[in-house]
Amino acid sequence: MKQFDYVRPATVTEAVAAAAQPGAVYLAAGTNLLDLMKGGVSRPDRLVDVTHLGGLDQIETLADGSLRIGALVSNADLAHDADFAKSYPAVAEALLSGASAQLRNAATVGGNLLQRTRCAYFYDTASRCNKREAGTGCDAREGENRTHSVLGWSESCIATHPSDFCVPLVALDAVIEIEGKHGRREIALDELHRLPGNTPERDAALEPGDLIVAVRLPPSARGFAAHARYLKVRERTSYAFAVVSAASALRIENGKIAEARLALGGVAAKPWRARAAEDVLRGVAPTADAFQEAAWRALTDAKPSGDNAFKIELARRIVVRALTLAAAGTPARIPALPASPFASTSGAIHA
Amino acid sequence: MPELNLTSAPAHLRHGSNIGQPLTRRDGILKVKGQATYAADNHPPGMLFAVMAVSSIAHGRVTSLDVAAAKRHPGVVDVMTPDHKPQLAIDPEIKTNPFVFRMEVLQSNEVRYANQPIAVVIAETLEAATEGAVLLAPRYEAQPALVGLDAGTSYVPPVVGVGNPTENHLGDVEAGLASADKQIDAIYETPPQYHNAMEPHAIVAAWDGDSLQIDMPTQGLMLSLGRIAELFGIAPDKIHIRSPFLGGGFGSKGLMSGPPTLGIMAAKLVGKPVKLVLRREQMYGPVGHRAPTRQRLRIGADGEGRLTALDHHARTVSSTFDDFYEPAADASHTLYASPAIRTSHDAVRVNTGTPLFMRAPGEATGSIALESAIDEMAWACGIDPLAFRLKNYAEVEPITGRPFSSKALRACYDQGAARFGWAKRSLQPGQMRDDAGLLVGWGMGTATFPALMFQAEARAVIRLDGSGAMEIGAHDMGQGAWTALAQIAADELGLDIDRVEFKAGSSDLPDAGIAGGSAHTATAGAAIHSAGAAVIAKLADLATNDERSPLFGAGNAGVIARNGRLIRRDDESRGESYVEILARARIVEIEARGTGAPNPAAMEEYAMHAHGAVFAEVKVDPELGQVRVTRMVGAFAAGRIVNPHLVKSQLFGGMIWGMSFALHEEAITDRRSGRIMNANLGEYHIPVNADVPPLDVITVEEHDPHVNALGIKGVGEIGITGSAGAVANAVWHATGVRVRRFPIRIEDLLAQR
Ligand SMILES: Cc1cc2nc3c(=O)[nH]c(=O)nc-3n(C[C@H](O)[C@H](O)[C@H](O)COP(=O)(O)OP(=O)(O)OC[C@H]3O[C@@H](n4cnc5c(N)ncnc54)[C@H](O)[C@@H]3O)c2cc1C
Ligand code: SF4
Repeated sequence: MKQFDYVRPATVTEAVAAAAQPGAVYLAAGTNLLDLMKGGVSRPDRLVDVTHLGGLDQIETLADGSLRIGALVSNADLAHDADFAKSYPAVAEALLSGASAQLRNAATVGGNLLQRTRCAYFYDTASRCNKREAGTGCDAREGENRTHSVLGWSESCIATHPSDFCVPLVALDAVIEIEGKHGRREIALDELHRLPGNTPERDAALEPGDLIVAVRLPPSARGFAAHARYLKVRERTSYAFAVVSAASALRIENGKIAEARLALGGVAAKPWRARAAEDVLRGVAPTADAFQEAAWRALTDAKPSGDNAFKIELARRIVVRALTLAAAGTPARIPALPASPFASTSGAIHA
Repeated sequence: MPELNLTSAPAHLRHGSNIGQPLTRRDGILKVKGQATYAADNHPPGMLFAVMAVSSIAHGRVTSLDVAAAKRHPGVVDVMTPDHKPQLAIDPEIKTNPFVFRMEVLQSNEVRYANQPIAVVIAETLEAATEGAVLLAPRYEAQPALVGLDAGTSYVPPVVGVGNPTENHLGDVEAGLASADKQIDAIYETPPQYHNAMEPHAIVAAWDGDSLQIDMPTQGLMLSLGRIAELFGIAPDKIHIRSPFLGGGFGSKGLMSGPPTLGIMAAKLVGKPVKLVLRREQMYGPVGHRAPTRQRLRIGADGEGRLTALDHHARTVSSTFDDFYEPAADASHTLYASPAIRTSHDAVRVNTGTPLFMRAPGEATGSIALESAIDEMAWACGIDPLAFRLKNYAEVEPITGRPFSSKALRACYDQGAARFGWAKRSLQPGQMRDDAGLLVGWGMGTATFPALMFQAEARAVIRLDGSGAMEIGAHDMGQGAWTALAQIAADELGLDIDRVEFKAGSSDLPDAGIAGGSAHTATAGAAIHSAGAAVIAKLADLATNDERSPLFGAGNAGVIARNGRLIRRDDESRGESYVEILARARIVEIEARGTGAPNPAAMEEYAMHAHGAVFAEVKVDPELGQVRVTRMVGAFAAGRIVNPHLVKSQLFGGMIWGMSFALHEEAITDRRSGRIMNANLGEYHIPVNADVPPLDVITVEEHDPHVNALGIKGVGEIGITGSAGAVANAVWHATGVRVRRFPIRIEDLLAQR
């Protein structure tokens, strides 16, 4: 392995200063970063280990009713927090549908948001990849790309963002708190991940040294708890990234949809908020026709980037199903096979 | 040999006969405690770490390596390249026997496939060696890569598998098809697959002068030893290989391949012990794989649903520099009776490592195509798939006309179908739904695998203290040889299993042949049987020729060994213990050797195969196309079952692999570069726990007097066959969509609406 410096800052300020240097990266649980380093995809000069920073592993309800999740809370701890799962069931379901139990125990909230794409050409240093090395080309474009983007892609990159967690978060208007060289700021999670355009090498709207310290769910996010689901189609029952996924959340009042939230995963370089679909659902009854209409709206701009036209039709069907499930009501307990189309059938309890 | 503390769980200890008892693995506790030493767990003093640099192109040559940069890296000791390496005694391109495959051991700068070793960095730490390999920054002169089943011009290989004829004929296939009432003509594709044993290929090699000590997982101790002796020009008795445990092999650790040879060369180069372990992605190239196939099946049936013709052609690939041909069409030789059968193969050459045997080579790939096609034919005839198979049941081996040595397949069909509840299946597809609205499908497949035998030797000992020993260089790949073979040894020696010191997994023991072809228990078992019988005969000689013995005059045939005693067959009250016999004769221990080998006369006369019937239930989301197997029942007839517990595990494993074949497994090869894009266990999908449904295995009683003295047929591979087709057929039955390219993908099933 390439030799690198390892620093363990005592405070957030020290961390930001240490990570602002060229060649420095943050290390959280390392479940993504260390794989990238072992494969030579990422060759940092300096790792700034944030796992020992105090105060970033709390889940707190703020005075205004928002929920603040520290960047170092583990994926598992968050999903298994009973209050959290009750208030934001789609988020908990998404978390539990990701990776494996061992990985979720280790992986952090901040790391999950900033995990890199799973595009095989990105991981394969012998391939040309604009994201890994700006301006070299994109070997996925004419390559094995059946799982690549159908929305928001460009000729320079067709990769998807793989996170499940981010999908319901974006639907629920999550905000991230960032500590940077110039102090603290916050941005909508929807603005964190960038579409590739001509600069796919930049995944996120972050500056060198920027540390995500927390994710915040606004008070409104709780309003969907009764009708919120995450649905993830994958190539095996567990331990696989989404081919396509969707988070849907509804506020139903007097038999009508007062407000709808919808986001798609596995379709673009960012979790894909489908606002046009949300708009057509506002004020209408939760019917199959309405959901079909929403599905069409959500995918209007979709186009295949390779052997992946099926993902567009699949995404439409997933939207309809996710909305149907949400309308039927959040189950009392997270299913044994979270987010699986087989969630409602009995069977294995180990996902 | 490390001290092996093998234990039997007390609950499983039984007195009397050992064969047939469901003992748990005697090495289980060692493994759970992490005390079972795998090859890479060995660290002789002064050991260095070697890391291979592998090619990122699939075809061309290496034009430069920055050896200086690698050597400058702290901790790097040396860099082995084509220009700087120990000389081998023979050219690794020379095939000295059919079990020798060409390997890349830095003999030139030519690149024949992606992930081919092109240099080895040796360093004081694994990290330094790893970084050294990166710093080599190879440059290449690349040539276009040959990729896929349509690369180049096809040709007919001289043989397929291990010496099987490329073509086989019975009757007139074209006439049979022409006379048929119903015909199908369908093309099935199977992908490249990689063995992916949990334990990567690894070696720790230490030279002492011209003696060589090796720790390496191998399924063939003596074959490896012979190959190493020939490559390094040293006498076989100067080499010692220890291989007490393998973390799976599946065929990829059967023959000596390039990487462990490089480990031995590296140790020679630096004059110190060296450890070389492959990274997961490095296992996708130099250590074999299952070749892709494209298979065309043409089948005809008469108005009654009887086959009139069966034509099975398989296209496969081999490497550009060596020959191994997946004998996929051979799967049609044994199962279904037809007046006309033709099987044939052709191939193209591609830039991959040479394909190799992988669990059920030929049978697995061929079975999923054949069983799908038989299902399609049954549907075309409007007949239940089980009834159709029974109508075409082969009473004798179809092409050769030989009778089967034993064949309890009817019982497998009956018992499997009854357990599964097959009778309630709807003939039409797409008819069954569960309460949640998921499509439900039921499918079946017939399983078959030849009952093979190789050659083996064993040495049996009975000692003055009444204990025994059985020595055989057998291989435990996880299948349970430490347990099952020890059970056979205990029975043959007439002792409780804990009174037998069973030694295996080391090259200084008698040759156990190769652990492959599902033949290890049969072959090693036969050797143990004959060694055991021989030592008991010697002991009996001592007793029956001694006037002072109560067995005097009983004659060899008149004595049986039981519970550490020899007793008269005609009068079980008369006998004496081994201790008494040896003590009186003043002998400390008595030994004998025995061999196990196939019986050519029986093989001439009989067709020998294990059989089975697998039934699967799948559920399919009607809109989203995701598939889940929810139930599988397999009934298998494989002769004598030495240990029902281990046999079940083997069959479970096979059935899971079959399901993996139908739904998950595929090496995704970049069509331009020939590189494998999912060379890791995150993305090379195999079933995880949540994919594995309740599995039910029935072992159907079968007595086979012909296969070998113990009547064992082997269960290592048969579980895959039948199962893959059963799952594929169940997906069709659920959806009405016939997918002929495997694995079945979500998009294949989206079209249904
Ligand atoms: C085999 C496998 C399967 C997986 N399957 C899934 C799946 O199905 N669904 C899914 O969603 N995910 C999946 N994952 C991804 C997993 O969720 C991520 O690896 C994990 O969430 C990353 O968290 P971490 O703490 O380990 O991050 P690290 O690996 O430590 O860091 C990841 C990146 O985030 C940066 N970073 C970390 N924390 C911060 C911070 N606070 N501020 C700024 N930058 C930061 C790091 O610099 C690095 O670039 C899988 C991973 C593996 C290995
Ligand atoms: S799709 Fe993006 S990540 Fe993948 S190879 Fe192309 S540029 Fe790289």
